[in-house]
Formats: sequence, C-alpha cells, structure tokens
Amino acid sequence: MNLALHLAIAPIVIPALAAPLALLVMRRRRRLGITISFVSCFAMLAAAIALTVQSGDGVIRTYELGGWEAPFGIVLVTDRLSAIMLVLAAVLALLALLHAVVTKADRDGWHFHPLLQFQLLGLNGAFLTGDLFNLFVFFEVLLIASYGLMVHGQGSARLKAGVQYVVVNIIGSSLFLIALGLLYSLTGTLNMAQMGLRIAAIGPDDQWLLRVAALLLVSVFALKAALVPLHLWLPRTYAVATPAVAALFAIMTKVGVYSLIRVVPQVLGDDAGSAAWAPAPYLLPAAILTAVVGFAGVFVARRLSEQAAYAIIGSTGTLMIAVAAWQVDTLGAALYYLVHSTLAGAALFLIADVVARRRASFSDTITSGPAFCQRQSVALLFLAAAIATVGLPPLSGFIGKLLIMESVADTASWGWAWAAILLTTLAGVIGFARAGSAIFWKEGPVSDGAEPARVPRSDMAAPAIALLLLTALAAGAGPATAFGNAAAAQVLDAPATARAVLGEG
Amino acid sequence: MISLEFLVASAIGVLVAGGIYLALRGRTFQVVLGLTLFSYAVNLFLFASGRLVVNRAPIWSKTVTEYADPLPQALVLTAIVITFGMTALAVILMLRTFLETGSDQVDGAPCDDAEDEPS
Repeated sequence: MNLALHLAIAPIVIPALAAPLALLVMRRRRRLGITISFVSCFAMLAAAIALTVQSGDGVIRTYELGGWEAPFGIVLVTDRLSAIMLVLAAVLALLALLHAVVTKADRDGWHFHPLLQFQLLGLNGAFLTGDLFNLFVFFEVLLIASYGLMVHGQGSARLKAGVQYVVVNIIGSSLFLIALGLLYSLTGTLNMAQMGLRIAAIGPDDQWLLRVAALLLVSVFALKAALVPLHLWLPRTYAVATPAVAALFAIMTKVGVYSLIRVVPQVLGDDAGSAAWAPAPYLLPAAILTAVVGFAGVFVARRLSEQAAYAIIGSTGTLMIAVAAWQVDTLGAALYYLVHSTLAGAALFLIADVVARRRASFSDTITSGPAFCQRQSVALLFLAAAIATVGLPPLSGFIGKLLIMESVADTASWGWAWAAILLTTLAGVIGFARAGSAIFWKEGPVSDGAEPARVPRSDMAAPAIALLLLTALAAGAGPATAFGNAAAAQVLDAPATARAVLGEG
Repeated sequence: MISLEFLVASAIGVLVAGGIYLALRGRTFQVVLGLTLFSYAVNLFLFASGRLVVNRAPIWSKTVTEYADPLPQALVLTAIVITFGMTALAVILMLRTFLETGSDQVDGAPCDDAEDEPS
C-alpha cells in the first residue's frame, strides 16, 4: 500500500467521507461539524497542491479505479489543468465556508456543510475523470448538491429561482445523455482518450450524426458555462442565492468552460471528420456576445449581487474569447484569466453581502442610503474587487486581459475580440463606478428610520483574503502564466494524453 | 408489420415531443410531467444506443457467440436512478414553492384562475 499512488483519488474521497460525517454530527454538535468541514477543505487543498507539484513535471498520470484497465474501467487523469482546477475549487470552498461560518449563514438551514462537501465531491470528480459518462455522473452529483445549496436559507425568491434552476439543469442533463448516447453508438467507447482515437474511423454515412452529437455536447457545456444565448438562468439564480453559496457557484460556470477545454481538443480534434473543431465557428461570436451582455448587465444592475452575477457572465465571455482560438498561447492566457475571474467573481458576491449586512432595509440595492458602519473599509474592498473584475492595473485582471488580447492578436478575428474586450471593460468601469458612488459616496435620506446595523469587521475577512489571493496572482504572474501555458500545451496535445491513458501502443 | 426500429424511434420521438411541449407550459405540475416524459425518452434512446437486438445474451458464456451490448444497459440504469432522484427533488421543490408563494407557475407569477384551462 503506497498512499502516494492513491493521491489522485484523494480529492474525491475526502469530501465523500466528510459529508456523511458532518451530516451525522451536525444536529447535536455543530462545532464539530464545522470543524469536519474545515478539516476536509484543508485536506483537499493539501491534496490539490500536492497534485499540482506532482503534475509540474509534465507527466500525465492516470489512476485506474478498482484496478480495471483504461478502456474498460473508469480512469482518473491528473494533468496540470485538472490540478489547477482542483486547487481553485479547494480555495474557493474555503473562502465560501469561512464566510458562511463567520456570517452564520450556515445556520439558516440544517445541511449547509454536508451539501458543501457533496458539491466539492462533484466538482473534484468532474475535474479528474477521464471518462465521459463519469463526467455526466459527477455533473449530476454537483448539480444535486447545488440544488440544495441554492435554496439554502429558503425564502420565496430563492425557491422560485430554485425551481427554474432545477428545470433548466434537468433539461441540460437530458441533452447531455442524448449526446453521450450518440457518441457511444458511433464510437463504442466512453473513455475520452479512446473516443478521440476511434472518432477518426467513423464512416462517411455517419458523419452528420457525429456532427449532431458534437454540437449537442458542446451546447450542454455552453449551458453550464452560461454562454449567450444560454445564460438566462444564471443572473436570477446567483443573485438570490445565499452569498457564500453564490461565491462557491462562481466556479460552476467554469466547470462548463473546463469541460469544453478538456473535451473539444481530446475528442473533437483534427481527426474528428465532420466534427473536427465543430464548435469553433460558433464559440467566438457566442463568447463576444456573452462578454457584451454580461458587462451590459453590470452597467444596468439594480443590486450588487445582480451586478456580481452579470460580472460572472461577462468574465466567462472574456474567457471564452481566448478559449475559442484553441491555440497554446490563447489557452494559456485563458487559464490564467479563469483562475482570476473565479476569485474576483466570488469576492464580488461576498462584498455584496458585506454591504447588505450593514445597510439594513437598503440591503445591497444600488441606491443612496444613510451612512453605515465601516463604510471606508467596505468601500476599499469594493474598489479593489471592481478593479480586479474589470481588469484595471494593478490587480490580476489587468494582466489576464492583457495576456488574452496579446494572444488573440494574431488570430483572424482579432479585431472583434479586441473591440469586445475594450468596450466591455469601459462599460464595466462605468457600471462599477456608478454602483460605488451611489452606495459609498452619496448619502440619501433615512427612509424608514431603521438604524443601520452594527456589524463586526470579521465578515470582511473572506473577501479580503480573496483580494489578497488576486494580488498574489498578479505578483506571481510569471510562474502562473508559465504553468498555465504548460497546462494548455498539455491539453492540446491529445495524442500524448491518449498514450498516457491507454498505454503505449 | 412495423419494424422494431421504427417502433422504438417513433416512441422516442413522441415522448420527446410531448415532453418538450409539457416542459414549456407555465404550471409546475405539467412541467414535472414533461420532464418525466423527456427523461423516459432519453433513457429509451440511451438503451437503444447499443443497437436494437433481440434474444442475445449480455453476459459472456462459452456457448454463446452473439452478444447484446451490456454497457448501455448499465448506463441506462444509472440514468434512471439519477432522473428518478431528480424528479422527486423537483416535485418536492415545486410543492414547497407552491406552499410558500401560493403560486404554481414556474415563473412565480401569481395564479390567475380566469386564465386557467379546465383540467
């Protein structure tokens, strides 16, 4: 028994053990439950960092579940990309957990901690698996947990949004299954690496079917990533979810982006006949529209949480502009921006909550109210998060957008990409400036005499840590982009992955 | 005599059509029914993705030479369990929403009895 050999499955096993444990002890001994939750998240972070260090040598490692060999059994594949995503998920989970515990949001319902762990189980599994049906199963795990987290705290607004969220995702999952069934009937395998090899052998009669399957699969991932025109579910859902949950959900759209980055080069690469890079012509226009719609939403939002939700959409659009070029340097830039935009989006949701907790009846609406406590500190946090999100120096958003613009400069449609990124940045700056000046600068009349609440500063910890991480990401941009580029090169080299998964020969 | 392929394909087609129509309705009960029909169709489709064959063993044996593909059967079992759980969750969530908001419209709009069709 060598534990290091089983490191790859640790990010799945740890939350799978912690969730039922937390569920069992939560009712009687709340503190112990919270401790289990934190220990599990730290253990996941440690495992993810260990995997990142391990993956730094560029070897693609596989873990065969139950010892069944690759095309027959399910394999977990750890490369640089999955290591990045695992670290990001663990960090985000810790931030959300810290904020939920500090603001006592985890007490609004019984099962916050177990659901959080199940959510992480699904996320980590989706980032690790090398099997397409297994990806579907982990999608379901993370979705079922997210339904619970979405309505955590209840209230009619959450339940209404929850119903829509569930319906949209059930339909998305059904479409995922149809695409899977088509791909399986065409290739006879569900292992992504083997599917990528076998797809080249599909006869001319079945090419149209292959194209249908490929585009259906990509549409499902686009729905998860909330790309226009499949984005309408996101603002309603995220804006009303418990803020700590919304911060964790910042990574959910990135699961869709991750799946695209993982599946398209591996399965729908150069050899895929009619489906070779099938989504490429649609992704760039969709990405540009997503960026525009997202930052237009930032411009007109009425509440800070709604603004944060639209910022998530906009940043996913910016991210997809880079992904859609499918080259090593654009994908490397995209991975850097992916990490940045997830953390920045989470910080925005947390700050919206920090504001709402201090403004009593004004909540986080973008209107002027009476002065509230610790206004300067909160304003500084908001300023930093806004700067990070729209991509002004000195935080990592600037570097991310600069990298994306530089890398797409030699693609054919660079003009559209540059115009979209620059104009959305301007819209974002104005939108956040309007929100900031209304909330932090002007003082409005006291409407109903409600005293602004006195709140301890401790709830600023989680957003502050998120912003510190963004600063670190900006300071360490050199190594981070080097790692991102290496990860991108690894993902785009589908034959190497296939050799690693299926063995030489 | 219609062929097995036509029967299965048309059954899936009818289920999908009915499912999509019902899922686009405004009231939650019809939406749940629509999602159920749609997931039945998907399960049937997944089951058929291993090709339609009759009277063949899915398990290896020395005396058998022709097999049915066992993998779609395993997949569809997983998919059935998942959709069953999802449907139960959707029903509970919609019931809870109805009790909390007094509206069984998916978009949360208040019920207007005048517009309801007789059912």
